Amino acid sequence: MNKILLIIQREYFSRVKKKSFLVLTFLVPVLFISMIALIAYISASQNEFADLKKVAVIDESGRFLNKMRNSSNMSFTYVSQPFETTKKSFIKDGYDYLLYIPSSLTGVQLLGEKKPSPLTSGKIEDDLSNLLRSQRLVEAGIDTVVLAKAQKHISISPQQVKENGTVEDAHVVASLAVGFVCAFLIYLSLFLYGAQVMRGVIEEKVSRIVEVIISSVKPFQLMLGKILGIGLVGLTQFVLWIVLTLTLSTVAGSVLVKNVKAKTEQVSAAQHMVVQGAANTAPVAEDGDKMANVLKELQGIPVAKTISCFLFYFLFGYLLYSSLFAAVGSAVDNETETQQFMFPITLPLIFTFALAQSVIINNPDSTLSIWLSMIPFTSPIAMMIRIPFGGVTNLQLAASMLLMVLGFLFTTWVASRIYRVGILMYGKKASYKELAKWFMYKE
Amino acid sequence: MISIRNIVKQYAAHRALDDVSIEIEKGKVFGLLGPNGAGKTSLIRIINQITAPDSGQVLFNGEPLSQVHVDRIGYLPEERGLYKKMEIGEQILYLARLKGLSRAEALKRAKYWFEKLEIQSWWNKKIEELSKGMQQKAQFVATVIHEPELLILDEPFTGFDPVNAEVIKNEILELNRKGATVIFSTHRMESVEELCDSIALLNLSHKILDGKVKAIRNSYRNGTYVLEYEGDKIAMNGNAPFAILQETGHEGYQQVKLKINEGSKVNDVLHYMLPLASINKLEEVVPTMNEIFIQKVASANTSNQ
Repeated sequence: MNKILLIIQREYFSRVKKKSFLVLTFLVPVLFISMIALIAYISASQNEFADLKKVAVIDESGRFLNKMRNSSNMSFTYVSQPFETTKKSFIKDGYDYLLYIPSSLTGVQLLGEKKPSPLTSGKIEDDLSNLLRSQRLVEAGIDTVVLAKAQKHISISPQQVKENGTVEDAHVVASLAVGFVCAFLIYLSLFLYGAQVMRGVIEEKVSRIVEVIISSVKPFQLMLGKILGIGLVGLTQFVLWIVLTLTLSTVAGSVLVKNVKAKTEQVSAAQHMVVQGAANTAPVAEDGDKMANVLKELQGIPVAKTISCFLFYFLFGYLLYSSLFAAVGSAVDNETETQQFMFPITLPLIFTFALAQSVIINNPDSTLSIWLSMIPFTSPIAMMIRIPFGGVTNLQLAASMLLMVLGFLFTTWVASRIYRVGILMYGKKASYKELAKWFMYKE
Repeated sequence: MISIRNIVKQYAAHRALDDVSIEIEKGKVFGLLGPNGAGKTSLIRIINQITAPDSGQVLFNGEPLSQVHVDRIGYLPEERGLYKKMEIGEQILYLARLKGLSRAEALKRAKYWFEKLEIQSWWNKKIEELSKGMQQKAQFVATVIHEPELLILDEPFTGFDPVNAEVIKNEILELNRKGATVIFSTHRMESVEELCDSIALLNLSHKILDGKVKAIRNSYRNGTYVLEYEGDKIAMNGNAPFAILQETGHEGYQQVKLKINEGSKVNDVLHYMLPLASINKLEEVVPTMNEIFIQKVASANTSNQ
């Protein structure tokens, strides 16, 4: 036991002391936060990044005169020249587009030197239709106050009923994001640290130190020590990442929320000024609310449970896969030979990750999702997607964790039988048949 | 010290060791000889408990070999290796602690050995920065640092220049004098005669010869001598108490390789020769271990076919 500790120590400190470890540990949270901040900033101030498009409008119907709403990326100017002459001159006059509305309202055209983007034409279409609908309704005798009421935008707030009958916000968007990020991190780290184990085994084999070491300890101790040592490195890295990210994001978050709120208020204030008569502004004001909602939802995710499950599934997922990676490393003489064995090992990971993005995330409590979150080879990813949605019962979680531990013991047992023979075999091209033979060897 | 009893080791289609029994005496230097693929490494790995035999038993001081014995064995494998990226001092400490030394004790002894082998200035170097000879010295330190009762050295002199080979040889002999039993696997027969008290010869998974070096060589004596006398070649009549195997003439002296007849003695040869020539020397030709090795292996291989 003491010797395993020594091996763990060496594997751990030889990696943690490296400069690359420190750099990675501090760089990732900074990059992560900067990325989120950048995305939030860009989406909050989307309009500022778009060019201002100047649109000349010829309105033969007279219905829309001076009613088209200017926005931060589109300004409308009404011209009274006939269509035929303007068509030739509007580009020269500095307009990007010419909107032509015939009196019949059929055959509305948007002309431009460049093709108008679907977004631009779509927005104009929506505006015109909304204006027209409001006008027709008013013409039909509907009171403007009633009209404004009728156009209220509905937004659904998903609620989740707990077993004891209390109702909680369901945090769908945030659950989606958190689950996906966790699953992605596990997926990535299984590859990352699994490959480190494999490379470590190959290094020991190629440098031939393995024979010296296993004259002092059992091959199983060496394998387990290496796996646990590198696992601790991974754990250290993740814990540091989580702590740093939480600290940084609390700081950055408070700044960000202030900015977003200010921006939202600005936008809605501007909107209110423009709107006044026309009752088509509600959806825009909602955008700002959505943003604030997501931030609020994030705070509603069960942080402690998600983080502890994340660490559990990372650790055992890693232990399960890295023992297989260790077996692969022991069977080959250099890294290029690992390909044929890597594929079947990584297949369940890739498969689950692909499903995670569609099936599991859309339907976290379907039978398929539940099964995937039970099988030890797929559960680290599948379960992490499911947990933030809150549909995982304690029984399911316990069963999945138990299977995970059993799966780890099983793969480690299989791997160690291959490993003990493999590390002493040189120059023999290992095939699956060969591996099976090694597995069958007596002690 | 070590009793190897009826060891059988089977690898798939290949039997590496077939009913091999060897006794290794305490405090002696024991040579484990044999051509490539004879089963030496398999046997060494079994003694080191890296692999286990399919049947048979190894006793360490009379006790069946078990995990408690690994700390009392020092093993230098033929294919050497250390962690390339690790500092050499740390690496020695690590290996010493794996053999059960405390960190403080390991540090003390490592310093002692580094000074003794004059490599103290390399303490903080990484293995990949060292020459091959330096790596070998470091590896030797790792093998002996825990003062093992049993040293197993597989081709310990490869990779050393003659000067350093001599240094290492003297260190091995000194450890032996202090009580360590040494198992010495090699092809270099001259070092066998120089170092080993006893040997075992493995060939094609079988032990084909074992015993004390002196006794083995004596048992291969067959009454062959070399006689050297001054002057020109002389004719010998049929009454000579020996048969001439080979005669070579040199400037001013002659050499005769002869085999003494059944029933005759060395004195009879001298009696016969004294009146005929002025004798420089008469010396028995005892076969070298090298000759015995080649002869035994060749005859074992022909009888096998």
